[in-house]
Amino acid sequence: MADNLFTVEIITPDRIFYHGEASMVEFNTVEGEIGVLKDHIPLTTVLAPGIVTITEREESKKAVVHAGFAEILGDKVTLLAEIAEWPDEIDLERAKRAEERARERLNKKSSDLDVTRAELALKRALVRQDVLV
Amino acid sequence: MASMRDIKRRKTSISSTQQITKAMKLVSTVKLQKAKNRAEQTNPYFNYMYQTVCSMLKKAGEIQHPYLMESESSKKAIIVVTSNRGLAGGYNSNVVKLITGSDISCDDAVIYPVGHKGEESLLRKGYAMACDYSDVIDAPTYEDALDISRDVLQAYAAGEIGEIYLAYTHFKNTVSHEPKLLKLLPVEVDEEDVKESASDSLMNFEPNEEEALNLIIPKYITSLIYGALVEAVASENGARMQAMDSATSNAEEMISDLSLKYNRARQSSITQELTEIIAGAEAIS
Repeated sequence: MADNLFTVEIITPDRIFYHGEASMVEFNTVEGEIGVLKDHIPLTTVLAPGIVTITEREESKKAVVHAGFAEILGDKVTLLAEIAEWPDEIDLERAKRAEERARERLNKKSSDLDVTRAELALKRALVRQDVLV
Repeated sequence: MASMRDIKRRKTSISSTQQITKAMKLVSTVKLQKAKNRAEQTNPYFNYMYQTVCSMLKKAGEIQHPYLMESESSKKAIIVVTSNRGLAGGYNSNVVKLITGSDISCDDAVIYPVGHKGEESLLRKGYAMACDYSDVIDAPTYEDALDISRDVLQAYAAGEIGEIYLAYTHFKNTVSHEPKLLKLLPVEVDEEDVKESASDSLMNFEPNEEEALNLIIPKYITSLIYGALVEAVASENGARMQAMDSATSNAEEMISDLSLKYNRARQSSITQELTEIIAGAEAIS
C-alpha cells in the first residue's frame, strides 16, 4: 500500500497549513467535486469554498478551504488557499451569525448590494458549519 | 567657553534623548523579529503563486486577455507602501525618491498610498491621490491586501488606469533593505523563469485557460501586494532599529565629548580661584 502515496501541501498566505503524505485527497472546485489519487494527470484548477478530505495511511483529515487554486502533478498536489481552517479552529457561533447576516443582506435586495460577495460569505458560513457536523 | 552650568544642562538633555532612542531601538528589534517571521512564512505561498502564473503564461502564450495586453489609458496607478511614523532613517524618503526618479511622469500617476509618510511627501510634490489605505500598514492582513487589489483591479477593468505598479521596500536581511518598483499589470514575468518552470508542458486547466487566468491573476496580484506589505513592515522596523542604534551611539559620543569639556571648565575655574587667592595673599604681605 505504501506506493500509492503522494505529497499533499496546503499553503496559505500566513503559513504552511498542511504538508504530508496521502493516498487520496478530495476537494471542491468551481467545476464540481474532485478526488485525486496518485498519478493524476497534471491539472490546475480553481477551488470553490468547501471541505478538503485528505486520506492518509490510516486516518483521514478534514479541513475547510475558501478560494484559491490547486495544482496537481503526478506525485504532488499543492493547494494554494487564501483561507484554510481545521475544524477545531472554527467558531460555530460565529459561523451561524455570519450565515444570518449574509441571508439578511441577500433578502434586503438593496441596490448597492454586492450579490456575489454576499453569496460567497453565505457559502463560507455554510461550509464552516458543515465540517463540524 | 560655555559655562559649567550650560554644559551640565546640555549633557542631561542628551542623555535623556539617548534613553529614548535606546528604548525605541529595543522596541523595533522586537517588532522586527515578529515581522521577519511573518515575511518568511509568506514566502512559500508567494513562490508557488509565481511559479504557477509563470507556467500558465507559458501555456497561455496566444491568449488575448486584458490582463496581459497593453491598455489604452496612459494613467499609471502606483501602490506606495511606506510607514505611518518617521524616525526610520531614509526608509520613507528612499521609496519616494524611487517614484520621483522613475520615468513615470507626475501627471500620469495616480497614487494609492499605504502609509502617511509617503502620502504626505508625494502630495507636496503634486501627485494625484486615489483612496488612502494608511491604516493597514500597522498590522497588514490578507483581507487588507484583498481590498486594495480589488480597488485597483476595478479601476483597471473600467479603463481608468492602464498600468499598475507597486513601490515598496524589499527586505533582504536585517541590515539591508532595498526600495523596489514592481510592475503588476499588464503581467510581466521573467522570460527565463517562464522557460525554467513547468518543463512538463502537459498541464491542463479547468475551467479553460482563459477563465482560470481570470480567476488566478487577481489572486496573484493580491499575493504580491500582501507580500509587499509584510516585507515593508519588516523593512520599516529594520530601518528604524538601525537609525536608533546610530542615534544612541552618536549620543554616547556627544556625552563623552561634553564630559571632557565639563571637566576642563571645572579645572580651569579651580585654577583661576587659586591664582586669585595667591595673588591676594602676596598683595597683603
